[in-house]
Amino acid sequence: QNYIIGAFKPACNISITFSDGKSRKPVPLKKENGQTVMVPLFQSQENIAGKISVEPVSGKKAEHNGIKVELLGQIEMYFDRGNFYDFTSLVRELDVPGEIYERKIYPFEFSTVEMPYETYNGVNVRLRYVLKITISRGYAGSIVEYQDFVVRNYTPPPSINNSIKMEVGIEDCLHIEFEYNKSKYHLKDVIIGKIYFLLVRIKIKNMDLEIRRRESTGSGANTHVETETLAKFELMDGAPVRGESIPIRLFLSPYELTPTYRNINNKFSVKYYLNLVLVDEEDRRYFKQQEITMFRLAETS
Amino acid sequence: MVTTEGMEEEEKWLAEGIAAIQHNAFYMSRALDSDNLREALKYSALLLSELRTSKLSPHKYYDLYMRAFDELRKLEMFFREEDRHGCSVIDLYELVQHAGNILPRLYLLCTVGSVYIKSKEAPAKDILKDLVEMCRGIQHPTRGLFLRSYLAQISRDKLPDLGSEYEGEGDTVMDAVDFVLQNFTEMNKLWVRMQHNGPVRLKEKLEKERSELRDLVGKNLHVLSQIEGVDLEMYKDVVLPRVLEQVVNCKDEIAQYYLMDCIIQVFPDEYHLQTLETLLGACPQLQPAVDVKTVLSRLMERLSNYADSSPEVLPDFLQVEAFAKLSSAIGKVIEAQVDMPVVGAISLFVSLLTFTLRVHPDRLDYVDQVLGACVKKLSSKAKLEDSKATKQVVTLLSAPLEKYTDIVTVLTLSNYPRVMDHLDAGTNKIMATIIIESIMKNDTCVSTADKVEVLFELIKGLIKDLDETATDELDEEDFKEEQNSVARLLHMLYNDEPEEMLKIICTVRKHIMAGGPNRLTFTVPPLAFSALKLVRRLQGQDGDMAGEEVPATPKKIFQLLNEIIEALSSVPASELALRLYLQCAEAANDCELEPIAYEFFTQAFVLYEEEVADSKAQVTAIHLIIGTLQKMTVFGVENRDTLTHKATGYSAKLLKKPDQCRAVYACSHLFWVDDQDGIKDGERVLLCLKRSLRIANAAQQQANVTRGSSGPVTLFVEILNKYLYFFEKGNPQVTPAAIQSLIELIKTEMQSDATTPDTASDAFFSSTLRYIQFQKQKGGLMGEKYSPIKV
Repeated sequence: QNYIIGAFKPACNISITFSDGKSRKPVPLKKENGQTVMVPLFQSQENIAGKISVEPVSGKKAEHNGIKVELLGQIEMYFDRGNFYDFTSLVRELDVPGEIYERKIYPFEFSTVEMPYETYNGVNVRLRYVLKITISRGYAGSIVEYQDFVVRNYTPPPSINNSIKMEVGIEDCLHIEFEYNKSKYHLKDVIIGKIYFLLVRIKIKNMDLEIRRRESTGSGANTHVETETLAKFELMDGAPVRGESIPIRLFLSPYELTPTYRNINNKFSVKYYLNLVLVDEEDRRYFKQQEITMFRLAETS
Repeated sequence: MVTTEGMEEEEKWLAEGIAAIQHNAFYMSRALDSDNLREALKYSALLLSELRTSKLSPHKYYDLYMRAFDELRKLEMFFREEDRHGCSVIDLYELVQHAGNILPRLYLLCTVGSVYIKSKEAPAKDILKDLVEMCRGIQHPTRGLFLRSYLAQISRDKLPDLGSEYEGEGDTVMDAVDFVLQNFTEMNKLWVRMQHNGPVRLKEKLEKERSELRDLVGKNLHVLSQIEGVDLEMYKDVVLPRVLEQVVNCKDEIAQYYLMDCIIQVFPDEYHLQTLETLLGACPQLQPAVDVKTVLSRLMERLSNYADSSPEVLPDFLQVEAFAKLSSAIGKVIEAQVDMPVVGAISLFVSLLTFTLRVHPDRLDYVDQVLGACVKKLSSKAKLEDSKATKQVVTLLSAPLEKYTDIVTVLTLSNYPRVMDHLDAGTNKIMATIIIESIMKNDTCVSTADKVEVLFELIKGLIKDLDETATDELDEEDFKEEQNSVARLLHMLYNDEPEEMLKIICTVRKHIMAGGPNRLTFTVPPLAFSALKLVRRLQGQDGDMAGEEVPATPKKIFQLLNEIIEALSSVPASELALRLYLQCAEAANDCELEPIAYEFFTQAFVLYEEEVADSKAQVTAIHLIIGTLQKMTVFGVENRDTLTHKATGYSAKLLKKPDQCRAVYACSHLFWVDDQDGIKDGERVLLCLKRSLRIANAAQQQANVTRGSSGPVTLFVEILNKYLYFFEKGNPQVTPAAIQSLIELIKTEMQSDATTPDTASDAFFSSTLRYIQFQKQKGGLMGEKYSPIKV
């Protein structure tokens, strides 16, 4: 089923099974070709163990200069596509050079692997974890097989989680006070809050709350920032008057959010913002952006 | 042009909206049929998105809303069946909140909320509170009003009301009330805001649109009134103060007027009565432009109806001092609203008066108090100029008349005439007419001089000219009408006690004498007759016998009458006076007061000689004189001779021969009174008849000379009839021979060429002959008597 193998008609079929594959939760992963595959989910400090089976095609013998399995954590920048930067690289030698006549099973294990970063598929950057099996062959070129897996890391709820409260305005035009109940939200959290209108001299048409993701890649002069609006949630319809207080209740679960990533391996950062946007009748937009920290809470179920 | 275009546009938008709703509704029901929750939510949200339009007027928007509403019912049914969509109601409550657009989101939330409450998985009050809070997101007036009215609609049967299945375990009636009150407050705010959301030039349009939406707001009050748990206590302590707070604070005239009216209409009368002070206390705080008077009028009308419906609540009215409270509230409102036109103030008084009359008919002091307050208000201006205000005053004054069918009651109200003083002459007259009509209709008898005095004070507009200017504009017909009604009124003033009656007559006389010549012709006759009536009553007891102490003697009355009739000379109305004199003479005759009777006759003759110039009038007058004189029995021979002589003399001096002839033969009766001891002077009778025959002849000749043909024989036939009368009565001077010759004469005349044939007189003659024939054939004494006469 691996097309790379199919394309080159390799001499061997390689397949990987994880030892706890049955019990491990499969999660969807979008591959670079656009397809989504289900892959197992791990977190940092877990043991990654399993079996690799190597079977020569149609009974031929296969010569090799050794077989190894690597666990790679890679960051790929899209302006430099195909060039992976490995921030983690672990190797296990499976076999010494020799010949394989029939299917052969190799168990492997990487114990308590440090995987500090989460799998991430962004606009300009990708972070992935992969098992790479290499059958080295001198003249015919090596046979390589990859097995992706996803890493997610959980954070306990923060001990300090202040609300965000702020008064903003344009002099003699619009003064509002808004409040979000927290500054740190987990991915399935609900944003509760309210907007209080202290002064309204413009005809407001509506008000939205946007969730924006800001992905910055590179560093220094080469920093590249990409902002996406992940959610556009209408909070208010019509023109309020002074003294009105508009409730906010935004469930985060429908949106594909990730935790906030700060300076991942000096390569990239992903930050989240709440953007309150007021639109007046002449379609002028007034907005105020506030950063919120996203984190992944261990799922209790 | 622009508006019609606009309307067409709007129609188009509505049609598009409806089409889109139907389209999505189709997919939604398909999703419902296949139990597909996700699709159902998707299409219902799309369907609801049509309600986000700003292009429709409230009226059209309502159309759209109703269609969406129907679809939401189906969705709610689906939500209720968990096994179909496999999602717990709590999850569902979250799920619908994922919708990005707020309006569809909130409609869906309300819909699930309804199911949520029904499931009882959470306290109703929490869900209701959440819904009513979340709805704040819609600040657009129309959309907000409809959304909240949807909320009100779906929650109506799920309020934790007393005895409701949602009550208990922390859910109390108070929560239900809080919820409805909050929704009401928010809706009212939105509704009021509509007014300020558009350009000023569209003010009228906005007001129209607003009025189309008012029932959405008012519905909440209705819901409140339907909550079982809202007892008087809660209404008094919570509901009313909070509703009024909103009403007063919104400072919007349309809302204030409508909501005050709503409060009055939806809550029970009993509550109003017990919270009168609070409710009324809000009135002076309303905007000046609010039509408080209508509000108060409605309130009073309701309370009146309430009092009418069950007499046992009356003590409550007294206990809470309803009248005093209303009265002071009205005072305060008038005080607070300086710009209120007089008409407004007066219509308030009218309402209060109506209330009083219906609730406390026995409290005349209340009525007078209201009138007094009205006087106070009116006294700030000299005369009422505003025609509407005048009308209201008339209504005000008419109310007690209608209530107290006995006018006498009204006469005791000291402020009544004072209110009337503020009316202009015309209205005063109208009012006077109304008073009179009321008296006539109810057949009320005004029986003391004092009351008559007051009454005349009230109707003085009719009795005398109040200002000079009015007279020349007056329509004659109207004047006659008015004066006739006064004349009718005079007959209603009556007392069995002659003494008091005389006082009444004197009072009336005093007033009508001041009325000027034009009125006398109308007012003198009824007064005279009223006096004569009194005379007739006293007739039995002789005035002279009773002595001087008795004030009401016929003599005195006759003196009075003399004066009264004399007043007519100023008009002048000699013919009328003459008639009245004759009437008096007749009455005096019956009282056997010869000198008085003679005096009256003298007066009549004097009038005849000096004032009656018109020949036709003379004819009428002379016949009246003859008729009256004939009946007089009181005169001695001398007096009688004088009078009869005069009368015959006048008769012969009439201008036209036929008139002379008729008067003269009428005079014959003066000498033959067909009574037991009447005068029977056959000779003078015959003299008269002969004289009239001569005159008839002369008339005939005169006609011959002037026209070439003599007139009809009518006069002769008439004389023949007189002959027959006296013949039958046994006048010896009238012989069959004389009759026979008269018949012959007539026959000859009729055959003469000169005579103009006249069917009427021919018929008259032949029927006279037939009568003679009949009498002859009858036989007996009379037949015998007639037998010599041949026909």
